[in-house]
Amino acid sequence: MPLNFNRVDMPNREPDVRNKDFVEVAEGYDVEMALEEASRCLNCKKPLCRPGCPVNIDIPRFINQVTKKDYDAAYYTLKEFSLLPAVCGRVCPQEHQCEGVCILNPKGGAIGIGRLERYVADKFRENGKEEELIKEAPTGKKVAVLGGGPAGLSCAYDLAKLGHEVTIYEALHTLGGVLMYGIPEFRLPKSIVNKEIENIQKLGVKIELNSVAGRVNTVEKLMKEDGFDAVFIGTGAGLPYFLNIPGENLNEVYSANEFLTRVNLMKAYKFPEYDTPVYVGEKVAVVGAGNVAMDAARTAKRLGAKEVYIVYRRSKDEVPARLEELEHAEEEGVILQLLTSPIEVIGDDNGHVTALRCVKYELGEPDEGGRRKPVEVPNSAFDIPMDMVVMAIGQGPNPLLLETTKGLELNKRGNIVADDEGRTSIEGVFAGGDIVTGAATVILAMGAGKKTAKSIHEYLMKK
Amino acid sequence: MYKIVKKEMLNPSIVLMDVYAPDIAKTCKAGQFIVLRIDEIGERIPLTIADFFPEEGLVRIVTQAVGYTSRKLMNMNEGDSFLDFIGPLGKESEVENYGTVLCICGGLGIAPMFPIARELKKAGNKVITVIGARSKDLLIWEDVLREVSDEVHITTDDGSYGRKGLVTDVSKEILEREKIDHAWAIGPVIMMKYSALLTKEYNVPTIVSMNPIMVDGTGMCGACRLEVDGKTVFACVDGPEFDGHQVNWDLSMRRMNIYKAKEEIALEKALKGGF
Repeated sequence: MPLNFNRVDMPNREPDVRNKDFVEVAEGYDVEMALEEASRCLNCKKPLCRPGCPVNIDIPRFINQVTKKDYDAAYYTLKEFSLLPAVCGRVCPQEHQCEGVCILNPKGGAIGIGRLERYVADKFRENGKEEELIKEAPTGKKVAVLGGGPAGLSCAYDLAKLGHEVTIYEALHTLGGVLMYGIPEFRLPKSIVNKEIENIQKLGVKIELNSVAGRVNTVEKLMKEDGFDAVFIGTGAGLPYFLNIPGENLNEVYSANEFLTRVNLMKAYKFPEYDTPVYVGEKVAVVGAGNVAMDAARTAKRLGAKEVYIVYRRSKDEVPARLEELEHAEEEGVILQLLTSPIEVIGDDNGHVTALRCVKYELGEPDEGGRRKPVEVPNSAFDIPMDMVVMAIGQGPNPLLLETTKGLELNKRGNIVADDEGRTSIEGVFAGGDIVTGAATVILAMGAGKKTAKSIHEYLMKK
Repeated sequence: MYKIVKKEMLNPSIVLMDVYAPDIAKTCKAGQFIVLRIDEIGERIPLTIADFFPEEGLVRIVTQAVGYTSRKLMNMNEGDSFLDFIGPLGKESEVENYGTVLCICGGLGIAPMFPIARELKKAGNKVITVIGARSKDLLIWEDVLREVSDEVHITTDDGSYGRKGLVTDVSKEILEREKIDHAWAIGPVIMMKYSALLTKEYNVPTIVSMNPIMVDGTGMCGACRLEVDGKTVFACVDGPEFDGHQVNWDLSMRRMNIYKAKEEIALEKALKGGF
């Protein structure tokens, strides 16, 4: 059989239509597309895709099941490894993971693994099927999970299946973490996240919302007074970074976290039907070029901004966002202002933003990581008129829990020090996800949660 | 759900509510705040804790009808519940035996001043309290603060009760009269600004309690950022109390106005269709 390098495209809604609403952009494969794409898989004897997946999904097996139209089996294959396949099919950076190492990739024909994952998960859900949940006999052990984002959810799910009594403590008024407050509806519909979370509740996991880790429930209290045998910390990277440039506290300067939380979690895009307001300018600069930056830029566009710029100090080749997000942003009219870095936000006497002062950069010698280092061009300062700026340059660990947990070792950046098994410096206290690694991806956090669940299980059963 | 066990109008625009939130009541300290959301479509707003009753599981909040959500809150009654009630947030007040402490408070700031003044008194301080209100009918909690103060001075803008004038007028006299070791100022930003400017002249360390716009209240969004000693800080996790002599007041005042236009749209909606 000749090799087929023709990836089946996934249909998207028209850019000029979709950039005015919050309905999902990508429409997903239909059955013919899925079968055609799955049929291209070579079912390699030594698949490269599988080790490319942070949670080691048996990709050839699930794709093979798709080709046999055994979609339920394909779904259960995915669920063996990943708690949230409908989410990961949508938000994983596949081009740097499974698809990036696919043997067909060098010629541009990598199997659309993410698209197939999404297809299988969506089909299962849309057909109204309920997952069979198998739970081991109760062990009598209690575990507290701090943080209800991807890491915590994944850890809680596996521990509950193993028969442990699990309680998730979540600071916000809803579970899901970044899936709910960060990633917009048009990229990840919230109904899908809720559906995937439902199974965790069905497993009997107790959920305490509005419970800020380290406040009402300190780690010490949970273990000494409330009888928890182990604690998993998955409080994520929640604290937004700013550039520390002049003018950054002017009124219309947002962190991406605030802008997206207002719009996604608090539904400010439906103001005044919903009570939470959000400001949107006519000319908006989003500083940074990761997924969060793309989300913020596309959100601003949808809320009526006339011109939206991505301001990034490297070139297009270095943009860290998923390729699909960059493409979608450009299609929707987001302007890339590359090799540019802000040095000041200019405002008027009333504190309103009027411009972003930037300097030009050029790419110099490659650094240790092989990326060419951006170098400032002397005397290149220039102003771009703006009336709103969104800082999307990353997030650090939230200090709330850490400052009330005595004896918990942190590294220089304030992240928790944990070994490969998720063990921290305190016995019985484990950690995983962004709070350990610094801001990363949904799949890496989920993977850490899953892996740590295994080591918590071993710890509990030996105890 | 967090039930409103008691509702009392302290005057036509200020309401007191005791909310059943036993975990918070057990763990909160003077100076901390909560964030609440009324219902599914509601916004999250921060309120400084006015008192707490661990035995009964109650947290007391006092608020004033200023914006859309606070008016919506006013319309709630005993027996109704808040959908979300989160806390305790922020750092507790750093109370010790300073000697003589001047507690300057005004408007809605009178309520959160109370638990702090009580702690100060308990720690052995001589507590001198100055309360300001626009007029007699807007003054709240004079009796409550008297219980924990050695002296209470009242000022009203219109002279309808106590001394006519501003809190800073009386505070200046007190600062002239005796040695003050420490001060607190809680109230409208403009009142805190001028109180801090005054105490600075006398080199009296002064704590202010900031109440900027917030969303999550846990350090996640940065909406509440302000400048203290030239550095950007978050009121929610670094405060809400700060050194009043180091706060960039003008910035904080400007940042309170971000949603003014939106607030009018929301209020218009409320006038048309009720809350």
